[in-house]
Amino acid sequence: MAEAIFYLLSILAIIGALGTVTSQNVVHAALFLILSLLAVAGFYILLTNEFLALVQILIYGGAVATIILFGIMLTRSRDLMPVTFGESTRLPGFLAGVLLLGVILGAVLNTNWPRYAEQVTLVPLTAIGDALFKQWLLPFEVASVVLLVALIGAIVISRQEEGEA
Amino acid sequence: MEVAHEQVSLNHFLIISAILFSIGVFGVISRRNAVLILMSVELMLNAVAVNFVAFAVYTDGELFRGVIFAIFVITIAAAEVGLALGIILRVFRNRATADVDEVSELKW
Repeated sequence: MAEAIFYLLSILAIIGALGTVTSQNVVHAALFLILSLLAVAGFYILLTNEFLALVQILIYGGAVATIILFGIMLTRSRDLMPVTFGESTRLPGFLAGVLLLGVILGAVLNTNWPRYAEQVTLVPLTAIGDALFKQWLLPFEVASVVLLVALIGAIVISRQEEGEA
Repeated sequence: MEVAHEQVSLNHFLIISAILFSIGVFGVISRRNAVLILMSVELMLNAVAVNFVAFAVYTDGELFRGVIFAIFVITIAAAEVGLALGIILRVFRNRATADVDEVSELKW
């Protein structure tokens, strides 16, 4: 059962990812990206981590997708022009992707991980909160400062200055 | 609480994450539109987060450090998207293009 769900989610994630990088229409690419991100949320549920799945759907499926769609809307000069690959970059990109995939797959298949955990621990939500606010408090605070800086920085960078068209 | 998990192995998750990451690399290198490059970067970050969580669940059940890492990856990705789109918007306003090849003044 778990295996069937895993393969279904994998197919969805790969279709979404391939659609994102090959689609000629930017909006379609963004929608494919959302498909892929939601499939990854399914992986988190399969990995018994429903909190991360929720965060994934909220932040990626919601916030990031919205921001990207707004970015597409605000940067469309030549309306409905199909976006293609750069002629000189298509082959190097393909080669880099395939080579990297080969290297990683070789490493994964030739290393002796503890492949089948007899028991996969279900991480309880309270334990995540405990760890986050005790053991990982400093990184947590730094992350909130990073978010604040990014927020202010994004506003300052994209703000219309006086005298600008 | 513990759940039996015999059929799907750690390798399954490592392989799917490698595939997603490689597709993202292909997108970053071959695409020329800045927003599409950003979307490919999101794919890669996601693949990395899946890797973190898979390792945490299969090999680090007591401390699940990978889950915490994945939370931080998602946080930083959100910050990065906002900032990157601000920059892209700025470039677009100055140049009327979102093509990264046309913004190459700093290229040596």
